[in-house]
Amino acid sequence: MPVIVRIPTPLLSLTNGQREVEAEGRNILELIEDLERRYPGLKERLCDEQGNLRRFINFFVNDEDIRFLENEKTSLKDGDVVSIVPAIAGGK
Amino acid sequence: MYVKGLKCRECGRRYPKEPIFVCEWCFGPLEVEYDYEAIKKVFTRKELEKREPNLWRYRELLPIDGEPTFGLSSGFTPLIEAKNLASVLGIKRCYIKDDSVNHPTLSFKDRVVAVALSKAKEFGFKTVACASTGNLANAVASHSRKGFNCYVFIPADLEPSKIVSSLIYGVNVVAVEGNYDEVNRLCAEVAMRYRWAFVNVNLRPYYAEGSKTYGFEIAEQLGFRAPRHIVIPAASGSLVTKIYKGLQEFYQLGLINEFPTRFYIAQAEGCSPIVQAFREGSNIIRPVKPKTIAKSIAIGNPADGVYALDIARKTKGYAEAVSDEEIIAGIKLLAETEGVFTETAGGVTVAVAKKLIEKGIIPRNEEVVICITGNGLKTQEVLVNHLKSVIRIKPSLEEVFKKKIEGGE
Repeated sequence: MPVIVRIPTPLLSLTNGQREVEAEGRNILELIEDLERRYPGLKERLCDEQGNLRRFINFFVNDEDIRFLENEKTSLKDGDVVSIVPAIAGGK
Repeated sequence: MYVKGLKCRECGRRYPKEPIFVCEWCFGPLEVEYDYEAIKKVFTRKELEKREPNLWRYRELLPIDGEPTFGLSSGFTPLIEAKNLASVLGIKRCYIKDDSVNHPTLSFKDRVVAVALSKAKEFGFKTVACASTGNLANAVASHSRKGFNCYVFIPADLEPSKIVSSLIYGVNVVAVEGNYDEVNRLCAEVAMRYRWAFVNVNLRPYYAEGSKTYGFEIAEQLGFRAPRHIVIPAASGSLVTKIYKGLQEFYQLGLINEFPTRFYIAQAEGCSPIVQAFREGSNIIRPVKPKTIAKSIAIGNPADGVYALDIARKTKGYAEAVSDEEIIAGIKLLAETEGVFTETAGGVTVAVAKKLIEKGIIPRNEEVVICITGNGLKTQEVLVNHLKSVIRIKPSLEEVFKKKIEGGE
């Protein structure tokens, strides 16, 4: 069940420069585990020491913020696009 | 000149002066670090008093390396002692810091854009862009006409005046079918693909520093002292954090002797994620889908929310929200008492100040500064059906008497 994951610039060094990669998982947590298997080192950049998603990273599934869905338990299906976007942006 | 580099606010990692905006390690926001020891030697009250009345008078505390190139007439807006408003609110002293007349685009965004574009030029960018609810787009559009290609991204349902006020400069206006948070997320993604200067994305550490000048001016205009209470509108929360940083810097440099200021965050009830967290005693800001007439501050996912929240708490301030009706009443109150026509965000701060004084949270025997950051001419539609009707007459004296157009002499 591949999902397309858009990688933010600071993590490109871990994906050999690829801005979009494929990964699998029934939800965001599983997706992160799979990303870690494919691109070792990614998980510690996305999650803090307790394993929670870092607070300055936002995940979007098909352009919807997962905090409006089911957070890290948001389910994924074949062909979904997951964007990983730094939270710090914006003014007015 | 005095910038040492960038530093992650979360994990402390340091970075050189580059167009980057998040820590590569933890994605925390990057802050500009200055050489305050060197600044202290040259930046004095005496020196300041000799300088031109625009925001570049504080240039040592702004993150450019060369001469300023944009916004040379922006900033140094009036700080008015609002006696009529103070009397209606029932408080000893009240000041309005009035950026509704900032030059040239009538909002505090002229400040941040002056800094961002000066920096964009130093970095050698050809194209500038922003994600905006209107005021920022207007400022980027206006200032960028000399020297840059320009794209401004806005939510498609913005107030017509704010759209026209960008289009007039001949720039590219991209209306995104979504709310501001969606525009913002899209721009963060675009910024990672294109080599453009997105002023509030990849230039954000520099851009945001421009807001400090709003705080510097308040302190200088009060005669080099910090106000006791200050009510600030919060969208991303950045203005709150930068006024705080500005006053802190003045204190550190010895330009003000005390920094006893309490910070009050003002939001619209229909988009109040920071206020909700404050009420719940939480450190986590849950994003919301905005539903308010105060579109200029309708950010449901505030980037600096946690830091603004922290400042309100540690200065013993407060965070409060008001309804759309209260916002309109706030706009009218400021106009009727002080003759200043502000936009919805200004209605929010006035209404929140009123509420906090009524609740006894801001004491009546002290002083408050109310931040007015935008101009009412840009959001006129919200006042439809909330104002008196015009008295329409034929050009005859009879009509004047018939319609009882009369008053005291």
